[in-house]
Amino acid sequence: MATTVAPQPEVRQAPPRAGARPPAGHRLGRWVSDHLLLGAGILVLGYLFLPIGYVVLLSFNQPESRQDYEFNTFTLANWRSPCRPDGLCESLVTSLEIGFLATVGSTMLGTLMAFALVRHGFRGRSTANLLIFLPMATPEVVMGSSLLALFVAAGYGGVLGFWTILIAHVMFCMSFVVVTVKARLAGLDSRLEQAAMDLYATEWQTFRRITLPLVLPGIIAASLLAFSLSFDDFIVTNFNAGRTVTFPVFVWSAAQRGIPPHVNVIGTLMFVVAFSVVVAGELRRRRSR
Amino acid sequence: MSLAAEVGPAGPTPARQPARSRSRRSRRTALLLLAPGALWLLVFFALPTVQLAATSLYDPSGSLETGYALTFHWQNYLDVLAVYRDQFLRSFLYAGIATVLALLLGYPLAYAIAFKSGRWKNLMLVLVIAPFFTSFLLRTLAWQAILADNGFVVDSLKAVGLVPTDGRLLATPVAVVTGLTYNFLPFMTLPLYASLEKIDHRLVEAAHDLYSSAFTAFRKVTLPLSMPGLVAGTLLTFIPAAGDYINAELLGTPKEYMIGNVIQSSFLVRLDFPQAAALSFLLMIAILVLVMAYVRRAGTEELV
Amino acid sequence: MRGSSGQPAAGAELRLSGVTKRFGEFTAVDNLDLTVPQGSFFALLGPSGCGKTTTLRMVAGLEEPTEGLVLLGEQDITRLRPYKRPVNTVFQSYALFPHLNIAENVAFGLRRRGIKDVREQVAQMLALVELDGYDKRKPASLSGGQQQRVALARALINRPQVLLLDEPLGALDLKLRRQMQLELKRIQTEVGITFVHVTHDQEEAMTMADTIAVMNAGRVEQLGPPAQLYDRPATTFVANFLGQSNLVAAEVTGRSGDELLVEVHSRVLAVPLDRAAVHAGAVWVGVRPEKISLVQAGTAGGAAVGRHNVLPGGIVSDVSFVGVSTEYLVRMPWGQELTVFAQNTGDRSPFAAGDRVELQWGAAHTFLLDAEQDSRAGVQDVATGEPAPAGVGG
Repeated sequence: MATTVAPQPEVRQAPPRAGARPPAGHRLGRWVSDHLLLGAGILVLGYLFLPIGYVVLLSFNQPESRQDYEFNTFTLANWRSPCRPDGLCESLVTSLEIGFLATVGSTMLGTLMAFALVRHGFRGRSTANLLIFLPMATPEVVMGSSLLALFVAAGYGGVLGFWTILIAHVMFCMSFVVVTVKARLAGLDSRLEQAAMDLYATEWQTFRRITLPLVLPGIIAASLLAFSLSFDDFIVTNFNAGRTVTFPVFVWSAAQRGIPPHVNVIGTLMFVVAFSVVVAGELRRRRSR
Repeated sequence: MSLAAEVGPAGPTPARQPARSRSRRSRRTALLLLAPGALWLLVFFALPTVQLAATSLYDPSGSLETGYALTFHWQNYLDVLAVYRDQFLRSFLYAGIATVLALLLGYPLAYAIAFKSGRWKNLMLVLVIAPFFTSFLLRTLAWQAILADNGFVVDSLKAVGLVPTDGRLLATPVAVVTGLTYNFLPFMTLPLYASLEKIDHRLVEAAHDLYSSAFTAFRKVTLPLSMPGLVAGTLLTFIPAAGDYINAELLGTPKEYMIGNVIQSSFLVRLDFPQAAALSFLLMIAILVLVMAYVRRAGTEELV
Repeated sequence: MRGSSGQPAAGAELRLSGVTKRFGEFTAVDNLDLTVPQGSFFALLGPSGCGKTTTLRMVAGLEEPTEGLVLLGEQDITRLRPYKRPVNTVFQSYALFPHLNIAENVAFGLRRRGIKDVREQVAQMLALVELDGYDKRKPASLSGGQQQRVALARALINRPQVLLLDEPLGALDLKLRRQMQLELKRIQTEVGITFVHVTHDQEEAMTMADTIAVMNAGRVEQLGPPAQLYDRPATTFVANFLGQSNLVAAEVTGRSGDELLVEVHSRVLAVPLDRAAVHAGAVWVGVRPEKISLVQAGTAGGAAVGRHNVLPGGIVSDVSFVGVSTEYLVRMPWGQELTVFAQNTGDRSPFAAGDRVELQWGAAHTFLLDAEQDSRAGVQDVATGEPAPAGVGG
């Protein structure tokens, strides 16, 4: 900006100098915008990471008492036996099972809907869009409590558990899947499909060889999103869990009595696994380019 | 195999018919693709909402054991408003403050990633979503430890006099708002980034060329072009924050309870379904009204 | 395929009969009749929105005509799905499959038709378009010109009866475009397949095609070999869209032998009968700018009627030097400005603005058009770079 030929108002305000050096204000402005913003961004990232650091730290802690969150003594004991607290690993397995099934269900249903909405014209499309948008604009307490109200009113109050959680998770993950896949589909050049049809591919072959491979990254992203939403959900789950304990439900009830440090081991492991998956995906994407 | 092709070269067919059958087939396919998902959403989202409205009008003298009668007992709404007005207002206040704070933190972060991060862009993006990689509850519990009375944050704030020597952070509104801001910050940052990233940097250069200072260029070009992200980000932060009860529960005291806490305990502890449903329904309506007013003012329709 | 030069791949002529395509209220293609001879290089030329791309897409099967028939030899392919037609397309932006490598892209059509061993054919094809050794690369790593060749190879490998090219050179820069024009022509001669080429670039059409159909507003204005279209435009649109023309209002006054006599502002000019689109009444007299010689006032060589036409009384109003030639604007006594291109042969010093001149050209280069037509139809608009009628979808 300082090199632009056009005269700038600031030039007039600054006292005229010998030579055409840009006014000091400009250089400062540029330095500020270049470095200060990046610094601010890194500080905010620090804020985002602070609690994660604590989770990792506390996984090595041997607390003095159950309600004590201070770092006390370094120990590897929690890492040697992460499953020691009763029900911790069982809850983890339950969460993984529900997460897997909810991901499969919501990804299938959501992807089909995304195709219908992007590729086909029909009446009632805006109604369908609204139906998909509303769950994302509804607070989880409302979704969780209304599902509970429905289950109870329908006489299923006694069977709340694994399946009711799964139903709820498929429901609220689906909207996010639709939005993610839709974005990818909308960015797909329809001429590629026309080219395939021109090159003797039937509708099915075109879908199988061209459309699906090109939309797949979107579907994978959507399913990862669905899994993390399902796996981490507490609020909706808590309303419809009955006596089933998922990992977040376990953490919640443990929090009332004092958290066993082993929970932080699981938290750290989750973080490491998810981080590796994303980084590996990114590296693979880079290499294939 | 399309109907049209089967007619084949046999010659004169009414010219318009095949085109129509192709689009009718497209409609049928669309409905087939849409049906399973739409049905799921109807049964497990729309229907429950209707049931919630019905439950909110039950006669409150019933109970889960004896059953409830739908008597259109509008009094439920007046009752809950009278008793829980403070929690309602507090929810919107806390969520509002948290949204503004998240915007103030998230905008520079998104801007830095979009324009200033160079080859670290992807890494920084991964770091923004990284908090999602571990449990929401665990991170909030970590804030309990960070803000604890004898933790380093409180100690250092006391040292510089920002917190009185007998003061504390945990179990105060500050802690609850900090937690809310923290938990929904990525939801603010990502849409902002998506919007900013699409901006052609030459537009900003053109603004500079046309006598805009850095600030004016930002205000007149960058900011308006990032509006879709800003609207999406504020909604994605405000809506869940207004309904949240975990931060108030773990970082606050009953004095900081929000409407989510009340709904949760009415449904799951006190088992007072009609009142709980009335609260829940009110929350949904309030948020929908706010969102619609906001979206209309911000003038952005492309939310989905 | 390479060896079979001159020998067309089993093919037949392409015929469009009464083809109409409407999008809602808008008529993109209006009752079009067209015959493309087997083995020819055929160009559909016209401004964007004239319906040429829609026509092409109907031949490809990507659009269905509202009315009319598309015939390939004796076979009616009007309603055949694209993958059932022996027709392939080179798309405007190439539409290469980004997730497949070059060899997979080229082999795509053969594979879909169940041909297993494609390696040799793919190698031959890549050699034909001079891309040997690129088979494992991804499309994104290729330059525009290379992508264009891949698109061509991907279509040609199927030995279609007709190859459709939709503005195939539009995305290339000028130099590359020139080079690819010659390349395309070479390949067409080599494989002998019918090429139907859609373009808005008149120079491109004239360089490559045997036959050009000039389209305007959903109709064919004129069809013929490039030289014929240029020398004897049938409408003002063709006269202006293909090169440039001077059109002067005139009246037919009589006939002398095989020439028509017309009066232009009290001067009589002669026009060969076979170059006149109308034979009586008000007409436009046309002549191409490069056919005119400028001479000093009073020196026009006393040419007899029937050999030369002369328009005296001009004043040079603008001179632009363009290297090989000089372009003059000459203001005539009736106020109209005529364009004259003069080769810079160096025999004579150029005129300057303000010089008094006479215009002289061979009567055999004069043509007559219907005065009912708009004399500015098809003129390239300076502001938009586009000829007059702009509309939907090129």
